[in-house]
Amino acid sequence: MNNVSTGERLKVKKESSWIADNIVTLIFVAFTIFGFMVSDGVTMNFFLTELSSRFFRNAFLVLSLIIPVVAGLGLNFGIVVGAMSGQIAIAIIRYFNLGGISGLMLTFLLAFPISALFGYFTGVLYNKTRGQEMIASLIVGYFANGIYQFLFLFAVGVIIKVPATHPMIKPDGVGIRMTVDLVPVEDGGLKYALDSIMEIPFMWAVLIVAAAVLLLQLIRLAKNAKNPVFSTNKKRMTYINIASCLIIAGICAQAILTNSSLMMVRKVPVVNALLIIALCVFNELILRTKLGQDFRSVGQSQHIAEVSGINVDRTRIIATIMSTVLAAWGQIMYLQNMGTLNTYNAHTQIGMFSVASLLVGGASTQKANLKHAIIGTVLFNSMFIMSPEIGQSLFGNALLGEYFRTFMVYGVIGLALGLHVWRTNKKGKITLD
Amino acid sequence: MVEMKEKGKFSFKETVNKIGLPTLIIGVFWLILIITGGFLGISMSTLLSDTLKRAGMNGILVLAMVPSIQSGTGPNFALPVGVVCGLFSLVCSIELGFTGVTWLLMSMAFAIPLAAVVGFLYGKLLNAVKGSEMTIATYTGFSIVAAMCLAWLMIPFKNPKMGWFIGTGLRETIQLDAVGGAQILNNFWKFTIGGEKGIIIPTGMLLVFGVCCFIVWLYFRSKSGIAISAGGINPRFAQASGIEIDNNRIKANILSTVLGAIGIIVYSQGYGYAQLYSAPLMMAFPAVAAILIGGATASRAKVSHVIIGVIIFQGLLTTALPVANQLFEGTDLSEILRMIIQNGIILYALTQVKGGGK
Repeated sequence: MNNVSTGERLKVKKESSWIADNIVTLIFVAFTIFGFMVSDGVTMNFFLTELSSRFFRNAFLVLSLIIPVVAGLGLNFGIVVGAMSGQIAIAIIRYFNLGGISGLMLTFLLAFPISALFGYFTGVLYNKTRGQEMIASLIVGYFANGIYQFLFLFAVGVIIKVPATHPMIKPDGVGIRMTVDLVPVEDGGLKYALDSIMEIPFMWAVLIVAAAVLLLQLIRLAKNAKNPVFSTNKKRMTYINIASCLIIAGICAQAILTNSSLMMVRKVPVVNALLIIALCVFNELILRTKLGQDFRSVGQSQHIAEVSGINVDRTRIIATIMSTVLAAWGQIMYLQNMGTLNTYNAHTQIGMFSVASLLVGGASTQKANLKHAIIGTVLFNSMFIMSPEIGQSLFGNALLGEYFRTFMVYGVIGLALGLHVWRTNKKGKITLD
Repeated sequence: MVEMKEKGKFSFKETVNKIGLPTLIIGVFWLILIITGGFLGISMSTLLSDTLKRAGMNGILVLAMVPSIQSGTGPNFALPVGVVCGLFSLVCSIELGFTGVTWLLMSMAFAIPLAAVVGFLYGKLLNAVKGSEMTIATYTGFSIVAAMCLAWLMIPFKNPKMGWFIGTGLRETIQLDAVGGAQILNNFWKFTIGGEKGIIIPTGMLLVFGVCCFIVWLYFRSKSGIAISAGGINPRFAQASGIEIDNNRIKANILSTVLGAIGIIVYSQGYGYAQLYSAPLMMAFPAVAAILIGGATASRAKVSHVIIGVIIFQGLLTTALPVANQLFEGTDLSEILRMIIQNGIILYALTQVKGGGK
């Protein structure tokens, strides 16, 4: 009798904790659906076009946050430092009027040592501010912004002499302009250098992804057919996944065959997508290596890791360097898609938005994986697109929606962090008692 | 001979330790800037007047850091929470049609209970997230400012002194001249030292700052204040001696939030404008930096740190602007300097925080 009630209690608790674990994700799903219901101005076309271009701009940056979380550094707001390194590389390439695919490769190459160096410094700082990494990473972003502005507003022109006639230098010869045009790739610039290599229609892309996921699920099912550990719950999830893949594939096939309005959605940049997939694979693979295991053990307990002979400080610095370098590349991908370099603004929000995206996907300060990053990026950007529309249609004021979305960004980060700490503290108390 | 040398070295080190490395570096830097400014022919009396004015404006906001640091929750990165309470009271007071001194007093009268309630809730929140107070506080502050952006836009206030010309909502900056509130405290008993172009002493504002400092100083000598400090130094020991730490942390954060609310009212009247919307977003960081420059750490702070810190930091900023403009025309070096010093000093303080550990 007693046993049964305990079992039931546990079950109830499990259910409610699932909701608590995913509360942020659920809020965002509800918000996006709500947005579709109230705003009639948003067509599926517009939404998908916006979403796909935003996704391919931001996914790489969000993915760069995973390694520090695994290594126990928490959410690395310091990817702003990486973003700035990427922008320095872009500015150098732009200054020498290089461009095209080779120019882009050179940008990536150039960004590597710059961001690795700054990543190293950031990592050393995190080791000195152990336990307070997250606030330190936020402040280091602001600090680096000061140095960045010193470099671009003052050093360029006063210390490094540049011709005032250059299109990216301010007319008085000191400092770089607020916005720098990156010149379309046809004219030998960086704009769309990556996107324009190859593009396929959106629906074809979705079809391919759906087919790939379907294949993976089938393999998984076949592999685990005789495995008793493969629970019915997981099996059910696999069936649901297969069904949804089939439905999506069906919709795509229908759209392609009838050439419906969905075919008007903006084309998908293939190379960009491949790079994102490559980073996903890289993230998965690195966690299987010795280094990845080190990340994990340091993330779980620095003390135990140290005792078992792992160089904790070094591992944490490597994790930070990786994150910073990836963020630099992510920012380059972001900017080649934007086409202009907002010299003093492009990087400031990157940290917040990427962290919020990851958290929306269900990650926490100690747990993050690819699924969180991908789902989070999709959901967060959906909210970003819908928010002004909701403000417009409910209150007749798009500005309201924009303020609301800022609130959501900060609120989500605050809520997710707060809930996590609160739960950890509660757990700690129970064991202590 | 050797002994003496060592002794001298020792005392030098001790002096540095006593003053604090950040205070010394930033202070010396400020002095160098002032001397450079003197050579460049910048009016010293204007500089000093501006320094006093800005120190008085920012002083109470910096003072708000003392209770939260002493209670062990770290610098109050959620200062914007208090700030929006103050701003809300301020606009309410305008809406009700108060002007002049009544406006100021009514703003403060609204602000104190409001900030106390909000501070209580905020203290509760901080107790729930022990160990990560600073990060959570920062995001609480950010969220509240963002939420208040929505509120400012939707508040159905009718007073034409604050509204947009079209549509609902409040303006981004509200001129306090319109209610006779601009520099109202500064001008109270204002006098100048050294003739027409001498140093202007904004007596009223400095008095208010002084009174607030005195109250906080006195409070931390009372039984309740000492209990708060004890909880901050060693929570376990304090708990063992029968001090209720959680309650004390809430008390300290109420005090901090109230000081933030009063601080922004004093700041706004000195500035002449009340800035709404995203203006309070980053207000915590300069305040945190100022108290750290004064010699405080993330776990220990005194009222004297506030006074020293705010004068050095604001003095540096006021001096840097004209000096940098004279030396390098057309660059915004002082703003860059502010960012680097402000955030650098916070980072330095964070590296000194104990805990976390391997």
